[in-house]
Amino acid sequence: MAEIVVGDRHIPLDEDGFLEDASMWDEEVANFLAKTEEVELTEEHWEIIKYLRKYFDDFNVAPPVRRMVKDVHRDLQTIYALFPSGPGKGACKIAGLPKPTGCV
Amino acid sequence: MAKLPKQDELLQISYKPPKTPWMDLPVDFKPGTYCHGAKGKDLQAVGFPNARDWSPGEEDWKLPEEWKDTVLAGMADRLGKYRSFRLFMDVCVRCGACADKCHFYMGSGDPKNMPVLRAELMRSVYRRYFTKSGQLFGRLAGARDLTVDVLKEWWYYFYQCTECRRCSVFCPYGIDQAEITIMGRELLNLLGLNTEWISGPVANCYMKGNHVGLEPHTMVSNIEYLVDDIETLTGIHITPSFNRKGAEILFVVPSGDYYADPGMYTCMGYLMLFEELGLDYTWSTYAGEGGNFGFFTSNEMAKRLNAKIYAEAKRLGVKWILGGECGHMWRVLNQYMDTWNGPADFLEEPVSPITGTKFTNATSTKMVHIAEFTADLIHHNKIKLDPSRNDNLRVTFHDSCNPARGMGILEEPRYIIKNVCNNFFEMPEDTIREKTLCCGSGAGLNPGENMEVRLRGGFPRANAVKYVQEKHGVNMLANICAVDRVALPTLMDYWVPGVGVCGVHELVGNALVMKGEKKRETDMRGEPLPERSAEA
Repeated sequence: MAEIVVGDRHIPLDEDGFLEDASMWDEEVANFLAKTEEVELTEEHWEIIKYLRKYFDDFNVAPPVRRMVKDVHRDLQTIYALFPSGPGKGACKIAGLPKPTGCV
Repeated sequence: MAKLPKQDELLQISYKPPKTPWMDLPVDFKPGTYCHGAKGKDLQAVGFPNARDWSPGEEDWKLPEEWKDTVLAGMADRLGKYRSFRLFMDVCVRCGACADKCHFYMGSGDPKNMPVLRAELMRSVYRRYFTKSGQLFGRLAGARDLTVDVLKEWWYYFYQCTECRRCSVFCPYGIDQAEITIMGRELLNLLGLNTEWISGPVANCYMKGNHVGLEPHTMVSNIEYLVDDIETLTGIHITPSFNRKGAEILFVVPSGDYYADPGMYTCMGYLMLFEELGLDYTWSTYAGEGGNFGFFTSNEMAKRLNAKIYAEAKRLGVKWILGGECGHMWRVLNQYMDTWNGPADFLEEPVSPITGTKFTNATSTKMVHIAEFTADLIHHNKIKLDPSRNDNLRVTFHDSCNPARGMGILEEPRYIIKNVCNNFFEMPEDTIREKTLCCGSGAGLNPGENMEVRLRGGFPRANAVKYVQEKHGVNMLANICAVDRVALPTLMDYWVPGVGVCGVHELVGNALVMKGEKKRETDMRGEPLPERSAEA
């Protein structure tokens, strides 16, 4: 299994680069994951990341894409511009959320 | 993740079989053609054997020492238990009618994707251990030993079959290839050889009631969110009920419909229709999933996950069950649920409270497909529709494999579409109805890491869509399956850009004229309605 080393912490990732354990996430980890996605985190990125963390705290899952788009007041194009891998594989990954599976 | 090949690379398909005899040709685990291995925690959650993390691309699959005995004992058990399985191991005459009917073979040219040869992967082992000729003459009789390489070959190809059953339509013996794949996966599952994308949703569904793992408050919140969108669109506020005892009807959908695009628009369509009818129905956060990824692991697991539907219907005291637009969900509900978890003698034969129609076809299961329900409403002129609201769409219909071949839902969705849209065009005859071509991502094969195989397997379907796009300007591919709704957009973007994907009840919701609604400015997706764009 893959892992990243942030400071002195060894943090396991799944095959698609998502955190195995969302509770190991913090801002330092987000910065590290952003680098692997070739994203330079700006204030606008952080606003979305913080929204995702809050949603995850409330609901224990990543938000539906439509809902995320509406809640952060940005269209999907803007989200792709900020996170080129998209809302799931980009934004949610950097925010440390687990990837959703099923008919999704 | 493997780099996605370009179109012209994928179209270099050679149908010339390799010179090496198939038994001597090892599997090439090329990234992009197979799924991730199951996670130990997900196997453990449902008590599956050999729970551990493993990776199919690695040499060591961490098999238990007695793996071979386990598989052969499992095979013996199933040969005794399922007459169909034994029959399908014995009766094939190698006529080859199935060979070029498989979308994976058409899109890859890999001979082991011919249904006849995919089945032979298992028949060869069956002969070696369960027939006299195979025991005596070995390879001369088409038999071979069960080795680790054979096991890996099984895994690779039984997770490269979507159990769509198109080949079975053409088989003169009616051999059901899906049942062979199902048995193959059952045996592999005895060794913990599942995929992450299947075992994850199975564990979620077992623990939380749905594949995505949404907790009750999350499901409610998602649906309430759609209610807000409906209010913005129509001015009508809907208050759906959850887990309500004494409701007449329990409504069950695939969880993708209240989580993923574009299924959520389909879900809005359901909500609007039921509101307009004043239907006495309830959602359930317990039976919040009609889909059943357990069906892609073993019959026993599918049965365990399915049990909640009747249990919840009984607990709530409903009269009958209505089910949403889903594919494999209906194979399970229509062909297995009643014998697994029935008889549902605490329910009544379903009768539409709006039209009085008795759904005699559902006398045994007590569960009605929403396409039947809505088609019946339209036939009795019970809802007001304005199909011109869908005039920006030129629609074709993809028959989802399981409702088409496993249930015979062929006319109802077409009848609905023709009443809610003015522009409907059929794809060529050999690619629709019972001969429909699979999306290439069914039976749990819809993650991202096997994208090359999905695009290859989906190519024949995409090609038929391209035909109607070029001939009729089709720009929307309607369907009645949640896997279709998440898999086909990717397929269209790759092979047929410019074609969108929607559920049938999204089209219904757009056309539905609701009592007291305000003048609609947009469709559900927020796009301007056609007449307005004409005015602009």
